[in-house]
Amino acid sequence: MLVTLHKNKNAQIVLGLLFGIVFGFLLQKGGVTDYNVIIGQLLLTDFTVLKLMLSAVIVGMIGFYLLKHFGHVQLHAAEGSIGANVIGGLIFGVGFGLLGYCPGTVAGAVGTGALDALFGGMVGLVIGAGFFAEVYPRLRPRVLTWGKFPAVTVPEFLHLNQWIVIGLMEVFMIGCLVFLEYLGM
Amino acid sequence: MVLVMFDYFTQALWSPYVAGAGIGILSCFAFLLSDRPMGCSTAFVKARGLIGKVINPLSVKNKEYYREIIPQIDWAFMIIPGIIIGAFISAYISGQFHFFWVPGDWGETFGYNPALRIIVALAGGILLGLGARWAGGCTSGHGINGSIQLSLASIIMACCFFIGGIATAMLLFYGIGA
Repeated sequence: MLVTLHKNKNAQIVLGLLFGIVFGFLLQKGGVTDYNVIIGQLLLTDFTVLKLMLSAVIVGMIGFYLLKHFGHVQLHAAEGSIGANVIGGLIFGVGFGLLGYCPGTVAGAVGTGALDALFGGMVGLVIGAGFFAEVYPRLRPRVLTWGKFPAVTVPEFLHLNQWIVIGLMEVFMIGCLVFLEYLGM
Repeated sequence: MVLVMFDYFTQALWSPYVAGAGIGILSCFAFLLSDRPMGCSTAFVKARGLIGKVINPLSVKNKEYYREIIPQIDWAFMIIPGIIIGAFISAYISGQFHFFWVPGDWGETFGYNPALRIIVALAGGILLGLGARWAGGCTSGHGINGSIQLSLASIIMACCFFIGGIATAMLLFYGIGA
């Protein structure tokens, strides 16, 4: 692994900015910095968001596990729980539905000139994240650790070889995309 | 060749498959070069902590969460200004950049009053920030980069936020807005 680069703080600040620029460019080109596209996904009339996310995972999963196989990257997944991931996910979902952007696309929308994303979304995100920091000491020993999942990754959970799981997931995700196209969505 | 490339970059939209595949490749580079998943929501905690440091440094110093997520200018913070710049470049070179307060689909259902839109967006943003930190990631951190790693928690979180988002949007547009 590129440990020297990982530990170079100034290089990482520049890399963070560069990754953001390319990410923002691709989000806008993919159409998902547009409120109408995201809300269309949540109303199940426009499947652009799902298509973009599945394409990213289809490509990224093969890339990540090949890099991992050759020792160039390491796993960054943590053990989750019902209290953290299900409850947190549902709260996030309600916010997602009301705002019509997520934390990445809200920044992308600001770049396209969306003032509701700037003065509503980004301000709200800072307030909400700050509120979590307030309540974190009380949540951590209770709800966040409630109902821990039995495994970190899907292959561990299913007791299957990771390459078999990757193969099955890839077929499933590509199948979803083919099915969406077949339905004309 | 250069002109063809330039034409492609100035197109208003790319296929979501192409943009998505690009994001998948970019995510792999983030693991390789920066040893981290490409997530966005951490930046907002850091921003809040940095603002707090100016107003009341002691209060930030004493908060447990800011000892775990240190409020500083680093990779996780810089991704957000990066996204704003990247999306601006993309929108600007394709002639789509313009300021607006109310997005079209919202306006058609709830009217073009900016105050109403901002209030609801603010409420949504607060829940989004709270939920993202509660679950330890967002659409990109869990939804894309956690799923890439086959993280069980991330895949479950992604299903939950789609369920919550679909229910909320349907209630909003087909319940209240109807």
